[in-house]
Amino acid sequence: MKLFGLYNYWVFALLLMIGLYAVIAKPNLVKKLLGLSIFQSAVFLLYISMAKVEGGTAAIIQHTAEPQIFSNPLPHVLILTAIVVGVSTVALGLAIVVRIREEYGTIEENEIQARDRDR
Amino acid sequence: MWPEQLPALAVAVPLACAPVAALLRTGLPAWTVATVASVASFAFAVLLAGSVGGLDELSYAVGSWPVPYGIELRITSFSALLLLIITGASSAALLAGRHSLETEVAAPRHPFFYAAWLLVLGGLIGIVVSGDAFNIFVFMEVSSLATYILVAGGSNPRALPAVFKYLVMGTIGATFYLIGVGLIYMMTGTLNLADMGTRIHDVADLKPILAAVGFVTIGLILKAGLFPLHVWLPNTYAWSPHIVTAFIAACSAKVSLYVLLRFDFMVFQGSLVDHQLQFSGFLMPLAVLAILVASGVAMAEGNLKRLLAYSSVAQIGYVVLGASLMTASGLTAGIIHMFNHALAKGAMFLAVAGIAIRITSLRLEDLAGIGRLMPWSTAAFMLAALSLIGIPGTAGFVSKWYLISAALDAGTVGVALVVVIVASSLMTVAYIWRIAETMYFRAPLDNAAGVRDAPPWMLGVLWVVALANVWFGLLPGIPLVLSADAAATLLGHLP
Repeated sequence: MKLFGLYNYWVFALLLMIGLYAVIAKPNLVKKLLGLSIFQSAVFLLYISMAKVEGGTAAIIQHTAEPQIFSNPLPHVLILTAIVVGVSTVALGLAIVVRIREEYGTIEENEIQARDRDR
Repeated sequence: MWPEQLPALAVAVPLACAPVAALLRTGLPAWTVATVASVASFAFAVLLAGSVGGLDELSYAVGSWPVPYGIELRITSFSALLLLIITGASSAALLAGRHSLETEVAAPRHPFFYAAWLLVLGGLIGIVVSGDAFNIFVFMEVSSLATYILVAGGSNPRALPAVFKYLVMGTIGATFYLIGVGLIYMMTGTLNLADMGTRIHDVADLKPILAAVGFVTIGLILKAGLFPLHVWLPNTYAWSPHIVTAFIAACSAKVSLYVLLRFDFMVFQGSLVDHQLQFSGFLMPLAVLAILVASGVAMAEGNLKRLLAYSSVAQIGYVVLGASLMTASGLTAGIIHMFNHALAKGAMFLAVAGIAIRITSLRLEDLAGIGRLMPWSTAAFMLAALSLIGIPGTAGFVSKWYLISAALDAGTVGVALVVVIVASSLMTVAYIWRIAETMYFRAPLDNAAGVRDAPPWMLGVLWVVALANVWFGLLPGIPLVLSADAAATLLGHLP
């Protein structure tokens, strides 16, 4: 029961490995970036999961009589920053892929290496 | 009043000047903004280095939020030394490099290029002054993303696959670091490095912390380019614009090593059982392999910049080797080598940039006889190369001397380490000799006839950096005191 009670963390580990596998195994540069994006999203899940307090709500002051339980807002704020970083990384990576396509005429890693060897 | 704001100013000035540079239309004003901002941060670094002495630490609460809750900037002797390296490398490269950049970067891109440069500078300074684990991650990404732009901004298409690899591996490294920080936050509820160190004592279940040690260490040595995670480094250094290489080769890998040492000593060393043994047991073999393998590859490499890049991988090994001895003398040796290697490699890559203005190919056989055509550039290159080898009277000798004496204190293992250091110094002599032999003792190629020396202004900056190698070899006072204080500060976190 305990094992599955923390299933968020299992999903985190699974996504992390799927992303890493795509980065390492796929020769297509766009697929590599997709893998990288999945890899980073897994970390977002880790942070969001740890912030959850059972029965907790959003951390906004509510003027009610009974005391409220709040989820920890700090990891949400942190991960908002990390999402921005992730978006910029993927955008920059795609821009580089476009430039590689212009210069090399291909986005397959092995063909790029072959072209570099012939130079 | 304002000297108290120095830690914040050091970060804010380059970051605030970056959009100004981007808004300018042409290269010259943007270059002026970048250079003034860079020299100003160098001045801040000198002032900060003067105001932290011994084990004193300067704490600055951003926005006056009380420290464990708000973001803290924390200046130690270690940060001050790294600040000097970063701002000094950036200033020298910018002052020397306008002419070189004009030949390599298309004119309309110049303002953006200098804006990205200032973002790298501001990001690296931010990493070094920050005392907050998540803040360090953000600055790390600011400087990394801007570095990718600088590396890919040149005209050499081969930089593109290199920078793609750098982007993928750099992002994996930073994400690993982020996972580690998340796991520690989960168990301690704090992001302040010093606060983490004290709160880990109260953690009941250490398993997530141990996982965090792994993630943080692997992530940071990936970003530092320690063997065997160095594969992004040689091509990135080799194909980026020459002046960019001079800047990032002098400081960016060292900043990651700085975070590794600071994080490990402040957070983990004092609170985990047997961590010191595991730290040195894990890093020492990697450092030895880095030194031997990379020096060996450098001996066979045919491209001058790739050769120097492999040499940098070996030098990162020296820094880690010193640190993995876990003694005051070992850490001092590793830390002062960061400074001395920045001087030597910075001067060598500046000289390469000067040579590359006149000669397009940097393959060794195309550089035959340029010692006669470009006497001043090559002489400065050779002076810095002597420092890299560790000839007495140069800065490199100081760090080799401290490294060998620290190794001798370490007993039987130490003797083996001394053999490694001496063997790799001999390999350094071998690959430097290959360059010297090509440059001085071969007849110049026909198409190189009439090649002049680099522009005088560039030569001036180059020689200042090259002569600094001799200056700090004969009078190593300032960096030595800062390194010894840095080592004492790090060891002060041990129980």
